[in-house]
Amino acid sequence: MNILLNGDQKKVAAATVSQLVLELGLEKRMLAVERNLEVVPKSEYEQTKLIEGDRIEVVHMIGGG
Amino acid sequence: MTDVLKVGTYEFKSRLIVGSGKYKDFQTTKDATEASEAEMITVAVRRVNITDPGKENLLDYIDPKKYTVLPNTAGCFNAEDAVRTLRLAREAGGWDLVKLEVLGDTETLYPNVVETIKAAETLVADGFQVMVYTNDDPIVARTLEEIGCVAVMPLGNPIGSGRGLANPFNIRVIKERANVPIVVDAGIGTASDAAKALELGADAALINTAIAEAKDECMMARAMRDAVRAGRLAHLAGRMPKRAFASASSPTDGYFWD
Repeated sequence: MNILLNGDQKKVAAATVSQLVLELGLEKRMLAVERNLEVVPKSEYEQTKLIEGDRIEVVHMIGGG
Repeated sequence: MTDVLKVGTYEFKSRLIVGSGKYKDFQTTKDATEASEAEMITVAVRRVNITDPGKENLLDYIDPKKYTVLPNTAGCFNAEDAVRTLRLAREAGGWDLVKLEVLGDTETLYPNVVETIKAAETLVADGFQVMVYTNDDPIVARTLEEIGCVAVMPLGNPIGSGRGLANPFNIRVIKERANVPIVVDAGIGTASDAAKALELGADAALINTAIAEAKDECMMARAMRDAVRAGRLAHLAGRMPKRAFASASSPTDGYFWD
């Protein structure tokens, strides 16, 4: 399905947030996922289904002051 | 001497808080942070580069078990984005102690106080321990404390300007009326600025650019470490009064000449 991933259209095979994180190779990273402006808790990755057109943000920590 | 900095439910021995931005590489970030002996380090929240998931990350170098990581809202120009950012940071790392900054424009990077207050209210209600960046305005500082922020962080001068303390009197007034720690955040350019902030009574200093843009980052980190300590000690020791005229250091009696 097509989702808006970090601002870009992307075709993904994943059906859930946990599958998406695996598909992106980010499972070992300290990150957070937002789906349609709502934070997805890690405990809900597996049951959170992706829907066509979802707006997903995957963020992490970088250097900043 | 035990001189503990209490911020919300957290306690620190160091009164230097460092940023992690603007460094040339992660190794330098790590080395300078270690040299500073800071216990708190700010980080920013940004999109992961999806196309390069294996790329090194700041937290590969800055161990969140060793440091209290302070997620910031740098780059946010309204309350909504700031709240979103910190909710994501809390989910990513479990951090509840955060640095709120809502900026007004890209040229001055001065705080947007109205949006800062809105964001602070939401975040405090949501259980965050908020350290808040703001103007050197004693009225706003008090308002932010009343909202429930655990530390108020007035600027010394604009972010990244390195111009020192523009209004030391305001820093002192803010401190004298505060019941939460006051952290001078932004504007510190060199060690004497940091010492001055602590001498005035600020509880801590938050420094990024002055270390990251020094020719020798680790040496400047040590300079800041020592300056913060010196300023704190001078503050606790209680400085002598300033006088208009001289006051002889040697006794003025027992002269053996006429």
